[in-house]
Formats: sequence, C-alpha cells, structure tokens
Amino acid sequence: MNVTLTLNGRQVTAAVEADDSLYTLLRALGMHSVKCGCETTNCGLCTVHMDGKAVLSCSVPAARCDGHAVTTLEGMQEEAKRLGECLAGEGAEQCGFCAPGLMMNVFALAKENPHATEAEIDAYLAGNLCRCSGYVSQRRAVKRYLESMEVQP
Amino acid sequence: MARYKDYVAAQSLEEAYALNQKKSAVIVAGNMWLRMCGLNRQMAIDLCRLGLDGIEETQDAFVIGSMTALRALETDAALNAAFGGAFAAALAPIVGTQFRNTATVGGSVYARFGFSDVSALLLALDAQVVCFKRGAVPLSLYQKEPWDRDIITHIRIPKGQRAAVCSVRTSATDIAALVCAAARSQAGMRMVLGARPARAMIVADALAPESGADVFEAIAARTPFGSNLRASEAYRRKVAPVLMARCAQACREVTA
Amino acid sequence: MSGGNRVRGGVGVPVPKKDAPALLTGKPVYVEDIAPRDCLCVKLMHSPHAHAVIEEIDVSRAQKMPGVACILTHQDVPGTRFTQAGQTYPEFSPYDRLILDRHLRCVGDPVAIVAAQTERQALAAMRLIRVRYRVLPAILDAAQAMDNETLIHPEADWRALVPDCGADNRRNLVAAGEDAHGDVEAELAACDVVIDRTYETGANQQCMMETFRAFTRMDAYGRLEVVSSTQVPFHVRRILATALEIPKSRVRIVKPRIGGGFGAKQTAVCEQYPAIVTLKTGLPAKIVYTRGESMTLSSPRHAMRMHVRLGAMRDGTIRAIDLHTLSNTGAYGEHGPTTVGLSGHKSIPLYTHNMKAFRFSWHTVYTNTMSAGAYRGYGATQGLFAVESAVNELAHALDMDPARLRERNIVREGEVMPAYYGETAASCTVDRCMARAREMIGWEEKYPARTLPNGHVRAVGMALAMQGSGISNVDTGAVLIRLGDGGVYNMSIGATDMGTGCDTILAQMAAQSLECPVDNITVHGVDTDTSPYDCGSYASSTTYVTGMAVVKTCEQLREKIVRVGAKLLGCAPEDALFEGDGVRRADGSAGVSLAEIANAHMMAGTEDISACVSSGSPVSPPPFMCGCAEIDLDPQTGEVKLVDYAAVVDCGTVINPNLAMRQTEGGLMQGIGMALYERPQMDHLGRTVSNSFLQYKIPTRVDAQRIRVEFAPSYEPTGPFGAKSIGECVINTPAPAIADAVYNACGVRVRSLPITPEKLLLGEREA
Repeated sequence: MNVTLTLNGRQVTAAVEADDSLYTLLRALGMHSVKCGCETTNCGLCTVHMDGKAVLSCSVPAARCDGHAVTTLEGMQEEAKRLGECLAGEGAEQCGFCAPGLMMNVFALAKENPHATEAEIDAYLAGNLCRCSGYVSQRRAVKRYLESMEVQP
Repeated sequence: MARYKDYVAAQSLEEAYALNQKKSAVIVAGNMWLRMCGLNRQMAIDLCRLGLDGIEETQDAFVIGSMTALRALETDAALNAAFGGAFAAALAPIVGTQFRNTATVGGSVYARFGFSDVSALLLALDAQVVCFKRGAVPLSLYQKEPWDRDIITHIRIPKGQRAAVCSVRTSATDIAALVCAAARSQAGMRMVLGARPARAMIVADALAPESGADVFEAIAARTPFGSNLRASEAYRRKVAPVLMARCAQACREVTA
Repeated sequence: MSGGNRVRGGVGVPVPKKDAPALLTGKPVYVEDIAPRDCLCVKLMHSPHAHAVIEEIDVSRAQKMPGVACILTHQDVPGTRFTQAGQTYPEFSPYDRLILDRHLRCVGDPVAIVAAQTERQALAAMRLIRVRYRVLPAILDAAQAMDNETLIHPEADWRALVPDCGADNRRNLVAAGEDAHGDVEAELAACDVVIDRTYETGANQQCMMETFRAFTRMDAYGRLEVVSSTQVPFHVRRILATALEIPKSRVRIVKPRIGGGFGAKQTAVCEQYPAIVTLKTGLPAKIVYTRGESMTLSSPRHAMRMHVRLGAMRDGTIRAIDLHTLSNTGAYGEHGPTTVGLSGHKSIPLYTHNMKAFRFSWHTVYTNTMSAGAYRGYGATQGLFAVESAVNELAHALDMDPARLRERNIVREGEVMPAYYGETAASCTVDRCMARAREMIGWEEKYPARTLPNGHVRAVGMALAMQGSGISNVDTGAVLIRLGDGGVYNMSIGATDMGTGCDTILAQMAAQSLECPVDNITVHGVDTDTSPYDCGSYASSTTYVTGMAVVKTCEQLREKIVRVGAKLLGCAPEDALFEGDGVRRADGSAGVSLAEIANAHMMAGTEDISACVSSGSPVSPPPFMCGCAEIDLDPQTGEVKLVDYAAVVDCGTVINPNLAMRQTEGGLMQGIGMALYERPQMDHLGRTVSNSFLQYKIPTRVDAQRIRVEFAPSYEPTGPFGAKSIGECVINTPAPAIADAVYNACGVRVRSLPITPEKLLLGEREA
C-alpha cells in the first residue's frame, strides 16, 4: 500500500507493508538520524515528531502516517546545530548514537515547557536512554539550550 | 514483532466492528505492546481515524475516548483537578513521554495488563468501559473477562471521588512491582492492587476512610499475590499494606 | 611545554569532540547508515537448548523461499577452531569455536545462518528450517562445572595456545592458577579479626546503544572488506582470517563511528556471519543484532563468586588478604582466562601498605550459559566489589570508620605492590581522592546514617578502586603523522574511538607536541589497510599507550621538520628551532613557515615528512579513585534512591577535562546500575530472561540525579604528559559503596548483586 506524508516539510509518497513501522519507513527514506536501540519501546532512540508530538517511530504503524506530518532531525538542522553546540560543549554526546532521539524529545520539551526546571527536564526525557554519559552533563546542556532559546527574539 | 498482511484505517465504528469479528483480525490502538507480542494476523484494524481521542467532562463524569494517549490523561488539567492529580501520579512513571504520547487508554484497558497503572486507578474510580456493541460495562467486570471482539469506544469515570496511587518500582520508568490505587467516594474507600503481578483487583470496597494498619494487613493476607522477575510473592504481600496505608492517607489529605 | 601560545586545544583543554557536529546533526556515520542498500540481510537461527547436538538439519524448504541467497549450517563452515576474543599474542583464549558447530553449548548458540534480500524474507525462510536436536544435560551453575561428568568442550581439536594458564577441556576448565606472596595462612592465624565472606556478581550487560553489527563485501581486489562496529579492528582481521581459513592479506577491516562498546565489542561477536555469506555468495551482506540478540548471544561480564578472607589487627592494620575467584566464562573461553586475574590483581594491591602476605587463586569454568566477554572493569569490578565490601565489613567488625581504616592501609606513592606484579605506584593520590570525596559528600556529619522526619533513612558508604593503564609488555599502539601540503597534519591511529573521544584527545596531545591548533590535526576512523597497528581500544590503554605513541611520533616529526626547514634556511639543523608554525634560525635572523616547508618537500621531494612510532609499556600504572554514595532508604518498602555520589579520580594528568568527566560520570552510572537495577536472570533451562531493556533495567536519568566528580591528578612519569587511564576504573566503586550505605541504613548486608528492595525488606539484619 502507499502512504503520503509530509516528511520534514516535503510531501512524500512511499510504498509500505501493512505491518511496517514508521521507523522502517523513515530509514528506507534515508532518514539516517533515526536509530533503533531496542524492540521494547524503552530506549527512545527512534523518537521523531508526528504532527508536532514526540513519538516512538518504532511503534507507530507506517500506514497510520498517511496524511500526517513527520519530522526527523534531518528536518531540524538549525535547531540541531544550536542544541548540538550545547551538548558538544559539555562532551555530553559521547558515542552520539542516542543523540538524535534525545534531541527530538528536547525540541518537544522546548515547545511544551520552555522554562523547565532540572527535575522537569529529567522527567520529560526519562524515556531517552544513554549508556555513555551518565546524564548529568546532558541535563546541563539542555538547560543551557532552553535558556538560550529564551533570549532569542 | 507483530505481523499482519492487511491494514485498514476504519472509517466508522461499524466497519471496525464488522472487520474485527474475524479471528484473524486485530485492533491496533497504541501499538506498543501489540507490536512486541509476536502476533501473526491477517488484518490490523486501526481506530485512529474515528475521533476517539479526547477527554470530555460532563455533569457527572469524565468520558475519555479509547484512543486517547496516556500523556493526555496525565496532563489534562480538569481530570487531574477532579481526582487530586492521581492520573498524573499514576502515568508519569511509565517509560517516557514519547511512549505515553502513543500508548492509549483503550489499549491498556482492553489488554488487561496485570502491571497496568492506569487500569488500577480506573478500577478504583469505578470506571465503566463503553463498548460499541455491549454498551457500558463496569471495569470491575470487564477486567475479569477474557479478550473479546467488541471495541472499546470510551472510558467513563464518575466524578465526585478522591483518588490516590502508589507504587513500588525497582528503578524509575520500570513496570511496577506492585501498584495500589484508592478512591474515596460517599460510599467509602475502594482499594485496588495491581501488578500482583496478575490483573488488578479490587481488594476492598466501602472501606472506612480511617482504616488502620491492621485492616490493610488483613487485606494483604487474603489477597492473592504471585512472583515474577520484579518481585516475589512474599515481598508483594509485605509491601501491600504499606502502599494501602499511603493511598488511604493521601485520600484523606486531598479530601481535607 | 614550550610554545604554549601557538597551541590551541592542547592538553588540559575541554575541546569538543572532533566528530560532535556530525553526530549531533544526525549524519549517516555509523555502520548501518553506510551499508550498501543492496546488502543481503543476515539472520541467525539460535539454539533453543542450553546443551544439545544437532542430529539432523534440513534447510531444503527454506532454501526455496523467495529472496533467499544462502543458508549455511555446520556442514558448510571451515573446520578450524578459533576464538572471538580480541586479544593480543600470546592469546590466552582457547581456540574452541567454529562459525557454526554441531555441538550447541548455550541457548542462542547459532544453528544456521540465513541470508536473504530482506529481513522479512530471511525470517520467513528461517521458520522452515527443520532441526532435530539431541538434548544433553546442561551445566548452568558455575559451582558444578569443574570435573563434572558432562563436558562442554570434549572435542579433540580444542586447543589452548597458552597451556600453562591452567586450561583443561577435560575438566571444563579455562584457567586456574595462584599468585601469592608471604605466608597467608600464618598471617591470618595471627590476626585479631578475620572477615571470611563470599560475594557474587552477575553477568551484567554492557548495553551500548548501538548493538553488534557489521557489513561485508568483496572489494576491487577480490578481498573481503568488513565494516564493523568494533573496538579491535586488527584483532577482527586475525579472527576472521583464522575462522574463514583465508590469508590475512585478503581481509580488510574498517571501523567508522561506533555507538558505544564498553568492552562488548572487544569480542568479534558477529562479523564472521556476514563475512562467510559474502565469501560464499560474492554479495555484500550485513548483520544487525536485535537488542534481544545483543543480550542473549553477546559478551557480558563474567559472573564471579569470590571468597575473601581479610585479616587485620585490632588497631585496623590489614595484614593479609586471601581471595579465591570462581569465574563463569560460559560456553566459550574467550576472555575467561584473563578477566579473572584482574579480580585479585586490581583489588588486593590497594591495601599494600601494611600487607604481610596475600594469596590470590582462581578457577574459570565453562558452563552452558552465554559466553562472557569484556566489560569495562574486566574482572576488577567484581574483585573490588568483594574486597571493598570485605574492608567495609572489617570496619564494622572493628567499630572503626571505614575511611580511617583505609587511611591506615592504602597504598602510598612510591610503594612497591607485590600483588600488582611487583610494580611500584609511581603516581598515586588515592589518599587525596579519599579525603576530598569525604569532604564532598559530608562524610563526617553523615556517617553512618540518620533518619529523616518522613521515616526514610539517609546513609553513606564508600569504596576505593584501581585499574591498569594498558597491559604491560603486551599492548601496543602506533601513530602515523604526515605533514601535508599547506602545513596540515594527518594523524592515523589504530586506536578505536567508540564514543570515548580518543580521536580528539590524541589530536590534543599531537597539537600540544607540535605546537599548533588542534584543528590542524586531522584524524579519521580505523582501516587495517592504512592505519598503523594498534591492538585496539581496551584494557584502558588508549590514552596511556597510544598517547605515548603520539608523543614519540611528534618528537620524531619535529626533528624531520627542523631538518627540512634548516635546509631551506641554509643552516645546520642544530642552528634551527621548531616553532610550531614554522622553523626559525636560532639567532632569529630568518624563518620559514610550516606551509612553505610542507610545500617545498612536495616539489621534486626527496624526503617524506612523516613519522610513525610504535609504543608499548613495561608497566601499567594504575589510576585510583574514591567513591562515596549517599542513599535514601524507604524502610517500609526497601526502595533505595541514590541521592548523591561524590567521586574523586586520580588519572594522572587530565588531557580533556570534559571528556574525562563524562567518562567518569558514565562509568559511575553503569556501576550504579550494576549495584541497584541491572539483574541478569536466567530460567531453569538456561534461557536468559533479562533479554531486553524492558527486563534488564539500565539507569535512566531519573534514577540517579546527582553525581559529582573531581580530579586529584598525580603525575605519571611514564605516561603522555603525565596521564594514566580513566575509562574502566570509574565503574568500580558504586557497588561496594552503595552496598555499605545500604547496610548503614538498615543493617542488611547484600553480598550478591544487585541490591533490590526485596533483599532489603526480607533480608536478615546483621546489625
């Protein structure tokens, strides 16, 4: 079957199997930022936005995306650069494999709760696992990113 | 990994219901657990286009569409104001925001997961499961039934109650080792234990709000518990009265 | 260093990682991102039994399925046994594996390899493979393994390359041995107090976010090219050449960016499967392990049972330690012979100061469980849980503050450590680490415990740790730096950055040595065709071993640059000075820029301006650290929350404070996971049930929110710029520190990890 979705602002039509996930579709469409780290909805690596909400692309049926808007890190390069600088400034990305999923969820947080406290940041991002960093530097980096957004015009 | 050959985004409840009468069909709600269960079916029926997501407040109840995401229940101001923040408390520990953005209340209720935090709370609140064909069924009854081929359209939660939820988890975001939910209404206090690890059950109804430790000890003594990866039967039995006491206390506090 | 003002981003500066911009914009830089689109998908059929022999296997129906390119069984693979362990000559790992074996030794052991055009097709075909198994009795408990009548490796061609490590397949033994100094029995008999305890740790999973994966293809020269997420490219080349019975010259390994390793990828867990498919079919092939496979057929920590006898006098003088370790290597030898050694050699030496005698003995056994491998800490983590817990228990037995007890006994700088191969602690600030960590946590006010108004108990506990820096007389790293046109330096290394940032810190060292901005040093991933030899990134070797190679290479390169520069200036090399951006005459009268030097030698060049130096070390200087945990215990439920963790590390000179700090925080978090949440579990049939992130809980960012790290740098005379290692040492303190904090809170002593609410609520109170 075919689905037509708005991917990073562009309309895309693609053939999918009935039981394909959005993750599978996105990888097939060359969205390499989207990673898979588990099969049990626990890791957060495959986080993308669907209609502006952060979702686990591994669990969204590809077919359900027909007519919807999906955004990956490829479509948020400007924001990625800014948040990326905050993370890299701390060395908080380490292996970087979890970074795209984390960043997509940070963008969702920035929209929903731009003045999040440290505890709120942790709670919001709890579904983004990272095995390298020990998390504390990521929290600092996200805080700095949110603060930098405040001073933006 | 669940496998199916056909996917249908049903255009009406009638269509969804008709298609779902075949054993080879399965309803897709949040697709969180379904995806993992290794199911092999002919057809997946998606309810996503039926407008079943939304929380509506009526005179005497909250009516929640079955496709409403758990995150919506967690953040809904009116719902949480009405029940002392119990939904936020029950749902926030589940995996992560992205998970709760996709997992649905209908999926949780239909699957009758033993570990379900939300089912425990809904059970305490004496919720009704509104099915397309059968109409409204008390969750306390629905909870005990085997999987059927009807479709949940809504969950109805009567107002005028105070609720609290408590759980033990070995680590944050994990499935609970034990969940306790309590709701206090005119009739008294109702106490539910979930993640026993079997399905949540009402362990006490119309309990005096000021019940003490001995009452909870007695309830725990007669409640069936089991062992799984997360805790043993003995641990659950020992912790249950503690959680019941904490829920009861919380219900008293929010009332006052 | 001289010329410091020309250096940008040199030693001691928190420069961002060189690959950060690519990683943080989601660029396709990992194995799966760069795999050819037409790769065959390789899937493994796994043994459902812990111990069985394949009587019959029928792939005829499966082979006819659409898209199937090849299906391989034990009948189709070379007959040479090999080891997957990425270790340097002499290899201690027994050669006990085949790519596919008729004899299956654990649940998950591969039964068949299926390659098809798509994953769907491969899985569909796999369902049609029919296998008849003869199930054998399985040994699941390490304590039952030695001299059991069931033999896990009865095969005649089983081979131990280093027989004196005690390996004996007729006894299910992979290693056995003893190291001792003094008369430990006499010393223990003379002690006022002897702590005699047994501790256990499990087969923890590394859980790097990127699972095992590789793709393979034939290159233009008819050679096998393997792009792999590995820590040990050069070892993978050897392993594949052996396993596939092809010359090493026909194998090339490329390591792109990789999504974490923590030791897991020091074992060639998956490369042989696509490799044999590509050799058989000539087609590109890829394998990507699922998380489930990564947790059931991988290379976890060795589960160990450690019996400690710790003897001390009433005044707290520790005189003797006797440690026996029983290590479970699982179905294959792999890292079994080597990890076990660290359980004693990297725990006992901490208490060198008054030690009169020690004995460390060990057995590593085969069982029918998942084969163990290398995980950060590599045996030291297990040994330190035992020894540090025993020291904490001794403190309680003596009614002494564990900090005071340690102060009396810890190794001091300059002391010879008999339990550490007789090496001298040439750089050691473990005393300062402990003093500062205590200050940070507020030890004096908080030890041992206090009850809060809400009934919760707050308590503290501490532990020390050490590790090594590379393997002495074994590990080797070489670095090649070339001066390119315009004056840019291209640095080639064989050390593998797995997210740790070693590409960046080695470039920082080069920038420091060559007196230039770090941006003027380019680095890239590893390619066994072009990178100089490096044994790989493991055993805490990269900063120390490869770092020293950077320093030596830069020295040689400077000399060459000066020689060419002097020629251009018309003076003798002795009269010219290297100044980073060029070469000047010593009298200051003239100079020539680096760009001019680089460009000049490219015109009818007569001399290549490059240097390549290899480095190893006769010693392995230990980094040290102290960790202090503060926990909050809910005594009614047994739930423990880590509220604060203060750690102070002596890793010698800190090359990049940010990256060293991240290494520490990340290592601590893994240690915290091991202490509190991560529960490797198997059922009675030997099936791993903790086979997902759902059932094996690694810490989330909500679990431990406060981790504070400081450094107490010593100066290691044999290290680059005084540096030692950091990557592994940092995982070792949380388990013993938290276990003691928990004991201080509720009197339950947990000697078998993890510490669960259940153990605390239902456990026996000892205090």
